[in-house]
Amino acid sequence: MQLGQTEKPIGGDLPVVEPGHTYRSVSEKISNIVLDIRTPLGWFVAFGSGSILLMMYLISIAYLFAYGVGVWGINIPVGWGFAIVTFVWWIGIGHAGTLISAILFLFRQDWRTSINRFAEAMTLFAVVCAGLYPILHLGRPWLFFWLLPYPNTFGLWPQFRSALAWDVFAVSTYGTISAVFWYTGLIPDLAGMRDRAKVPLLKMVYGMLALGWRGSSRHWHHHQALYLLLAAIATPLVVSVHTVVSFDFAIAQVPGWSTTVFPPYFVAGAIFSGFAMVVTLLVPIRKLYHIEDMITLRHFDVMGKILLTTGLVVFYGYVTEAFTGWYSGSIYELFLFMNRFTGHYAPFVYLLVFCNLVAPQLLWFRSVRTNMTLMFILSLIINTGMWLERFMIVIISLTADYLPSSWALFIATPWDWSLLIGSIGLFIVLLFLFVRTLPMISVFEMQELIHNTEHGH
Amino acid sequence: MNQIFHPSANVIAKASIGVLIVLVGVLSVFLYFFVRSSWMTGVNISEPQPVPFSHLHHVRQVGLDCRYCHTSVEEAASANIPPTETCMTCHSQIWTDAPMLEPVRVSWRDNVSLEWERLHDLADFVYFNHSIHVNKGIGCETCHGRVDNMALPMKVNTLQMEWCLECHRNPAKYIRPTDEVFTMGYAETVPAGHDPLVEGHELVAQYGIEVGRLDNCSICHR
Repeated sequence: MQLGQTEKPIGGDLPVVEPGHTYRSVSEKISNIVLDIRTPLGWFVAFGSGSILLMMYLISIAYLFAYGVGVWGINIPVGWGFAIVTFVWWIGIGHAGTLISAILFLFRQDWRTSINRFAEAMTLFAVVCAGLYPILHLGRPWLFFWLLPYPNTFGLWPQFRSALAWDVFAVSTYGTISAVFWYTGLIPDLAGMRDRAKVPLLKMVYGMLALGWRGSSRHWHHHQALYLLLAAIATPLVVSVHTVVSFDFAIAQVPGWSTTVFPPYFVAGAIFSGFAMVVTLLVPIRKLYHIEDMITLRHFDVMGKILLTTGLVVFYGYVTEAFTGWYSGSIYELFLFMNRFTGHYAPFVYLLVFCNLVAPQLLWFRSVRTNMTLMFILSLIINTGMWLERFMIVIISLTADYLPSSWALFIATPWDWSLLIGSIGLFIVLLFLFVRTLPMISVFEMQELIHNTEHGH
Repeated sequence: MNQIFHPSANVIAKASIGVLIVLVGVLSVFLYFFVRSSWMTGVNISEPQPVPFSHLHHVRQVGLDCRYCHTSVEEAASANIPPTETCMTCHSQIWTDAPMLEPVRVSWRDNVSLEWERLHDLADFVYFNHSIHVNKGIGCETCHGRVDNMALPMKVNTLQMEWCLECHRNPAKYIRPTDEVFTMGYAETVPAGHDPLVEGHELVAQYGIEVGRLDNCSICHR
């Protein structure tokens, strides 16, 4: 390659940013979404329906606190119902955000730039939804702080040999690092918002949040160092958090749980569902705010490939699970396998196979990856499939383990469903508040991207 | 362009970080001591009782044995709060018209129990049994303090779980021979130069106390 000739990026016919953008146009377009343009009707529709679901969530929680976890379908032997299924689902969804913002940053993937802010916000809100679930699952949720090691009056530490105690650390670390990382990335843009805002109160609020950012080279120097450092800290979390979550199952002796493949299989599943959620959210939002020129088909092409890859890893996980079950020769493992495909919940398992294994095969085709309608539908299918996967793991194993006399089915009650759907409402409300109040695309990184595309380095 | 903030905002912003750290520290220390304070635990606070019963008088001056009133302490979970009849064994003969004892006579005459204010009230999920402690050499005063010095009944220990575990994890520090269980001021009777901890370990072995099991959850929470 000759000097001065720019390297043609992979997938070059689908640009990361549509041509014609300048530093100024990028900055204006993104901050105007918050500051200037009339809030589109679609925002009110989404926020409004999210608020209704959130109300349902709050009512479900109030009822739960008043009457206890008996309002759910859980009992012995299935003590872990929707609460744990949905906890794992939400925490998995968060993983895509950290992968995009940390790992892809370290690998200098230019396509992360216009979606990382949004994906990180999604991570944070998914962690909120996830973190609340185990607390709601406690018999006395107001004593949740008993999970933390502090000099309490019991003279006891939490049981450090239990994966449930590790969960507390994994999830709280994850939440903290994600929040700090997200906020650090926001600081230069908050300063930009401060300078663009016309209302004095907004100037004050953004000004306070910008922590006195002036954009001096000294500021940038420190910012870049910190951002790189946080990316390095966040990177192991992509792997570790869901590994610890998988230990909740893998270190138990329940058939179908005690498998060493669980950590990598859970991590792949987490990224699979997380990217599906990013697609679910970005398809409507880029249309709503007319930012198709910044979140381009290239992004969906790449995310489609990641979905396909992680989907195949998940497929491999299923195969390994089935193989080790058969190879173990344990009648309990073999029974579990049969129970999944022929038992009471078999329709769910077949639906799961369709959602997670069959449907994603469409992503082999580029025409599918760049078709927004199909991508949106596929992402919803995958999200459903990943929820069903956790349902299969948590519920089916518990309904029938070693002792037939203690077998019992789990039947979800309306309160199980209302809390599940309500938690989606909480997620939607938080997300649309974010879109309304903060720049959802990183302005300074977009400008950097334009600089690099123009100057070829 | 006008500046949004006064230059002092820089100082305030930085100072607020320091203040926040100090506040969190102060709050933690406060909470640590607050949950263990008398206000929360009721230690060394005497509640108003129907009759201001003095253990000091009855135990030290009269010389009653603990078991004269707390009859079931050696056989049952509850030590037993004596019925009015127990009071009246003496007080039908002496101090028969003392105004202080009027509620006792009313209780006796109307056959209505005296309602004492309970000081040692364990949570319902704790299965506490007096007899096992008394029969394995834990003295009354170890938990209830120098009752023979109390003009009014009061609690001297928090009854918080960390306090229970303090002994359950190392009973040798607190154990005594079973025939000294009802002695008040046992520590002063141990001859000088005699290490109580050595004797404690011997007694733990002699009474067959399995120390490793004593802090199992199910020992107290069943």
